[in-house]
Amino acid sequence: MTALLTILILLSITVAIWQMVKIFDLANANTENSQIATDKDNRVNGYLMMAFLAFIYIITIVCFVYWGDLPLMSNAASEHGPGLDALMIVSMVIIFIVQTITQFLLHYFAFKYKGEKGKKALFYADNDKLEFIWTIIPVIVLAGLIIYGLFTWSDIMNFEEEEDALIVELYAQQFNWKARYAGEDNVLGMSNVRLIDIDRANILGLDESDPNAQDDVIATELHLPVGRQVIFKMRSQDVLHSAYMPHFRAQMNCVPGMVTQFAFTPTITTAEMRQTPEMIDKVANINRIRTEKSKKLAEKGEEPLERYEFDYLLLCNKICGKSHYNMQMKIIVESEEEYQAWMKEQQLFKNSLVQN
Amino acid sequence: MSAHADTHAHDDHGHHHHKETFITKYIFSQDHKMIAKQYLITGTIMGVIGVIMSMLMRMQIAWPEEPNVIFEALLGKWAPDGVMDADIYLALVTIHGTIMVFFVLTAGLSGTFSNLLIPLQCGARDMASGFLNMVSYWLFFVSSVFMVLSFFVEAGPAAAGWTIYPPLSALPMAQGGSGAGMTLWLVSMAIFIASSLLGSLNYIVTIINLRTKGMSMTRLPLTIWAFFITAVIGVISFPVLLSAALMLIMDRSFGTSFFLSDIFIQGEVLHYQGGSPVLFEHLFWFLGHPEVYIVILPAMGLVSEIIATNARKPIFGYRAMIASILAIAFLSTIVWGHHMFISGMNPFLGSVFTFTTLLIAIPSAVKAFNWITTIWKGNIQFNTAMLFSIAFVSTFITGGLTGIILGDSALDINVHDTYFVVAHFHLVMGISALYGMFAGIYHWYPKMFKRMMNKNLGYVHFWVTSVCAYGVFFPMHFIGMAGLPRRYYTNSNFPLFDDVSNVNVIITVFALIGGVFQLVFLWNFFYNIFYGKKTVQNPWRSTTLEWTAPIKHIHGNWEGEIPHVYRWSYDYSKPGHDEDFVPQNVPLKEGEEELHH
Repeated sequence: MTALLTILILLSITVAIWQMVKIFDLANANTENSQIATDKDNRVNGYLMMAFLAFIYIITIVCFVYWGDLPLMSNAASEHGPGLDALMIVSMVIIFIVQTITQFLLHYFAFKYKGEKGKKALFYADNDKLEFIWTIIPVIVLAGLIIYGLFTWSDIMNFEEEEDALIVELYAQQFNWKARYAGEDNVLGMSNVRLIDIDRANILGLDESDPNAQDDVIATELHLPVGRQVIFKMRSQDVLHSAYMPHFRAQMNCVPGMVTQFAFTPTITTAEMRQTPEMIDKVANINRIRTEKSKKLAEKGEEPLERYEFDYLLLCNKICGKSHYNMQMKIIVESEEEYQAWMKEQQLFKNSLVQN
Repeated sequence: MSAHADTHAHDDHGHHHHKETFITKYIFSQDHKMIAKQYLITGTIMGVIGVIMSMLMRMQIAWPEEPNVIFEALLGKWAPDGVMDADIYLALVTIHGTIMVFFVLTAGLSGTFSNLLIPLQCGARDMASGFLNMVSYWLFFVSSVFMVLSFFVEAGPAAAGWTIYPPLSALPMAQGGSGAGMTLWLVSMAIFIASSLLGSLNYIVTIINLRTKGMSMTRLPLTIWAFFITAVIGVISFPVLLSAALMLIMDRSFGTSFFLSDIFIQGEVLHYQGGSPVLFEHLFWFLGHPEVYIVILPAMGLVSEIIATNARKPIFGYRAMIASILAIAFLSTIVWGHHMFISGMNPFLGSVFTFTTLLIAIPSAVKAFNWITTIWKGNIQFNTAMLFSIAFVSTFITGGLTGIILGDSALDINVHDTYFVVAHFHLVMGISALYGMFAGIYHWYPKMFKRMMNKNLGYVHFWVTSVCAYGVFFPMHFIGMAGLPRRYYTNSNFPLFDDVSNVNVIITVFALIGGVFQLVFLWNFFYNIFYGKKTVQNPWRSTTLEWTAPIKHIHGNWEGEIPHVYRWSYDYSKPGHDEDFVPQNVPLKEGEEELHH
């Protein structure tokens, strides 16, 4: 209903403006009507250019004030996260400066040099020195950014496997995630989708004869011990998916037919993250919004929304079909002891098979 | 009958072509001016469809739970009781992208203005091959029909995103749209590519061979340079997409495994083995990335021309502008991997592509600064075309700058496929190219339709569009930086993103206003074809050759001899001349030096 009303309002505004333009045209009917800009048009549009510059600046400020806390750009929960955020901030600052200056020059010149009858423009076609300056400045700035970026990238992607690293397989299928832990031996058992046997509950296609597979653990929640490097091996059984873990600044596609990988070390447990001031604010804000939505729902006689509590998430971030929008898995970062306790409760692969 | 750049006597034009029928004149025309209009009108119709789709998507994102009578009216069985189906949302995403990128901003923009301006600005009687030109348009028309038809197949149109990555696009059981809808998509694109190649070859040959006497390459307007290089990139990269499409067709229908391997879906193992979806990504983006320059370069050419004309100043740094077009074109073919940083390819490749990608910022910066310097100390005439051109520079800068973030492999890890990307490419290639197209239409409308568009309607159209474009895409960066993935049918399954739901409502309101206001343009465009004020021969007091041709369209463009060219195309406000422009066909005065640019 809201949408319909909005559209009706928009339509009436359109009609109104169209009528105004018609009136304007009629008023000008007897004067010059060549549809080419006159001095008056130049003046009006020149001032509008300045107004538009103000609009760009205002919308920038508004965006930063209201949505500039960028919860997923600060408060990174992985070891490489803060370094990546720093690169992001440096890039943003450079962009901000260039944007502010160039938009000013563009719109201010448009305003300042608005056309007048009888005035003549400056015949100024070339200046090698200027061309050189604005070639070399971007070269220097970009060289810096490229080098900085490549070091950051290489640190993240060319990781060294630490001794106590945890190996976890992220397994994607339309439309859910599974996590497979390597177990005591920390070696994932061999697998291939051709070995999937639904009747025996071998849902990830593990090689039942592989000794390494016997102690593997398959879970629907991703539990990670804090402070330990996790090496993810990604697999997909059907279409492309992308394992996106924004809080950890981690993402990698899951590609059928191959294994991709990504590694990071979680640094903040779920419980700690919930207690950070930024997160407390964010969650309070979200719950305020949810309470209001619930009120509306209650009026319609529908179920109210649940209260939100923060959890890390793994999202699918590559279009994968109908329920792409709801392909997620909860991530829980906890202390080593909690993690071990949780792991003890899990069923080993060899015990999970249905015997027949 | 021949519409070739003919060599026969020119004074008999009036008698030569009087046997024209309705069909040869308006439908199967071989005249480049008529073909340009056909491209423009087909592109406009496709544009209307694409924009309506985006408005439907925006309404769904802003108000996901609410039934909407518009959905019910327009989507029929895909919106039972007015609630949009998740499959059709993805179909809208896919077809909107395909239509806007290929049918509007490639064929509609480049097809229209390359056809209109290449012969007229080079001083040729027509394209090198009028027949191929006609075939090119009709192939485009047929491919448009196929694309639109895909909305009427049982299981819905293609819905795998405009990038149609397999296996999603290859397996009918993976989603409804991957059945007949995807077949139509592939057929449509294959025909489209054929059309595009025929067009591009024609443009290249015409520009190289049919320039009038005196029109050296360094006297060409930047529009022609842009069309020329665009056509070259098209010829290099479009065939690669065609091969990818053919291989995908074979995987789908003939059991090959180019892109597929080890798949278990819907309870069964498929036979495919040994292929790789990553290969498809490489092939797709080898076209896909140059494609964004195929879209933006013609817009840059049009804008350069319009800015110079309306600032009454020569374009600043003519040679640097050409050099930057060449640099952008070259780099555009070696940066495709920046779409694939996290596709699973070797991280070293990521480093290489980061390097080449960020280099593109250099020629882009040169262009932006040259445009700004062109308007400096100008005598700016704010015709609607000029407004759109300035706005083009503005959105190109805003959108281009965030490319520094996305092109950086490390930063891409976190913003890849979020709304940050959507905001970036809509500003830098979507909105910018659209502005280039609008600018071109407002500027060359008198040339095409012999009548003027209404300037006040143009101003209203421009200012509302301009405010709405920023209103839509500027805040979108911020929801992207909050981590919101694109292509989600609804965000209500993620309470994490509840605090950006109000941003989505604001964006949608701007999008709806902006979308509805395009009606002002459509009215202005179609009404004035028939009832507009008649134009004078050179309304914008421009220097280029097309304005020396008579208002009335004739085959062969000029009665009598084709004008000769004595100077470059940017002699605006040249000292020593009374007028503030000197057309290219005016000989140098005694003692006048041709500017050595």
